[in-house]
Amino acid sequence: MKRSLTTLLTFLVLLVIWQELVHYGIWSHVLVPAPLDVAKYFWDVLRDGSLLSATGVTLKRLLLGYFAGLVLALPLGLLTARFKFVHDTLGVLALGLQTLPSVCWAPLALLWFGQTESAMFFIVVMGSLWSVLLATDAGVRNVPLLYVRAAQTMGSRGFHTWFKVILPASLPFVVSGMKQGWAFAWRSLMAAEIYITILTGFGLGNLLHYGRELNAMDAVVGIMIVIVGIGLLTDKILFSPFERMLHRRWGTAK
Amino acid sequence: MNATPPTPASAPPKLTVENVSKRFQTERSQVHALDRVSLDVREGEFVCLVGPSGCGKSTLLNIIAGLDQPDIGRVTADGKPISGPGSDRMVMFQESALYPWLDVLGNVMFSLKLKPALTNAERREVARFHLKLVGLEKFEAMHVHELSGGMKQRVALARALAPNPRVLLMDEPFAALDALTREQLYGDIQRIRAERRKTIIFVTHNVREAVCLGDRVVLFSANPGRIREQFEIGLPRPRDINSVALAEHSTKITRALKSHLSSELAEVAE
Ligand SMILES: Nc1ncnc2c1ncn2[C@@H]1O[C@H](COP(=O)(O)OP(=O)(O)O)[C@@H](O)[C@H]1O
Ligand SMILES: [Mg+2]
Repeated sequence: MKRSLTTLLTFLVLLVIWQELVHYGIWSHVLVPAPLDVAKYFWDVLRDGSLLSATGVTLKRLLLGYFAGLVLALPLGLLTARFKFVHDTLGVLALGLQTLPSVCWAPLALLWFGQTESAMFFIVVMGSLWSVLLATDAGVRNVPLLYVRAAQTMGSRGFHTWFKVILPASLPFVVSGMKQGWAFAWRSLMAAEIYITILTGFGLGNLLHYGRELNAMDAVVGIMIVIVGIGLLTDKILFSPFERMLHRRWGTAK
Repeated sequence: MNATPPTPASAPPKLTVENVSKRFQTERSQVHALDRVSLDVREGEFVCLVGPSGCGKSTLLNIIAGLDQPDIGRVTADGKPISGPGSDRMVMFQESALYPWLDVLGNVMFSLKLKPALTNAERREVARFHLKLVGLEKFEAMHVHELSGGMKQRVALARALAPNPRVLLMDEPFAALDALTREQLYGDIQRIRAERRKTIIFVTHNVREAVCLGDRVVLFSANPGRIREQFEIGLPRPRDINSVALAEHSTKITRALKSHLSSELAEVAE
């Protein structure tokens, strides 16, 4: 408690100094917006609803694409782990494509889907798919053979072994892959939104883009803060409970 | 106490290993893990397999469990050939192989969940009964990593006993434990065996342990894995691992083991 108070106070002091530096013209307000300007921007866009609707558009794209990526990646990861042929083909492809920032798909996505939500969806899926697939594959490969043999002696076979033993045993890998996939999807979506304009919805990235065009650095910094906030929050909401559960059960150090 | 051939029992044997051979092909060489091994185990008998590491003890146990197939020969349980794993034969491994994502009760219930005839309440009851049998009824909500090595093996024992198998296959289950914990478990396993009437095949490389637990001790030698000699142990139960009579038996068997080892080395040297 005391420590978070110290952190908070330190940042407050820095903000005040920052405000004064801009106020007295030591830092040009064209280059660095003053904290109060950013606050005013927040006030305006919250009142006219544009910030909330942009956040909504972005989050919807992110969640849809991410979960679609997950739903695809998990079974594909199981397949690469199970079948040598799939591992030597799809597995190799995944290894290559994972290194490609998925915003690099934007030109092709635009060509295939036009300036539509589908293009965005595709880019986000490409962001999360490969790392979750590879993590699932690695997780399954790292399941101790003894777990499976013990299960067989207890009467477990086929699908039961896959769902009750192999999948839960590979959870530590899968969850860290999910986290990495989330980070990739989030970064790629931001890049894509800055890069592509889609008429059906303006996301945070689009706002950031127009902030730059209009030279409105208060808007740019404001949106950057929102993006950081969303990143922190989703980490807390989506992954922390999972990770706590894993730490508790596996007894791994925090 | 002389080396005796396997005594013919009046009742038909529970388990028969008939002329089983198994080779493993590795990149550089071939290992003859088991060479024409035959063994009869009576209903309710406690048989200890003893031998140097690499003599095929685990291989034989896995074949009896149905986890591996022999190259030639066969294993029958109650006269029927074993074709795969079955819950009439449960296995306890050296590492407990408990599942970290389940708590203690969940682990013991794993095999029971595969029995559709039971209700969940019955499963829980059976699991709790067996946790009590191994003295861990108070620990059912613990996670696996919170248990000591000895407790883990107790849970593994409860898990193996829960589906009420008639045969228990134990592969060096106490090898990784400290001496004190082991001694406690010797007492427990003898008590549980008397209460629950199991046929047990127990692998160990510790002669004293084998003499303390077994009705019969079967000596193996390596390269190729063969049965060398068998000893009936007639000591009264429950047995104390530190008793003088037990020490005498194990000295004798250890001597036999060593002479087999040196003759093996001589064979290799030739
Ligand atoms: N899956 C396997 N592949 C290759 N060699 C094996 C395999 N399993 C066992 N072996 C070999 O077979 C021999 C007997 O092994 P094992 O039955 O584990 O011996 P023990 O349990 O008596 O120590 C050893 O030489 C071992 O290296
Ligand atoms: Mg072994």
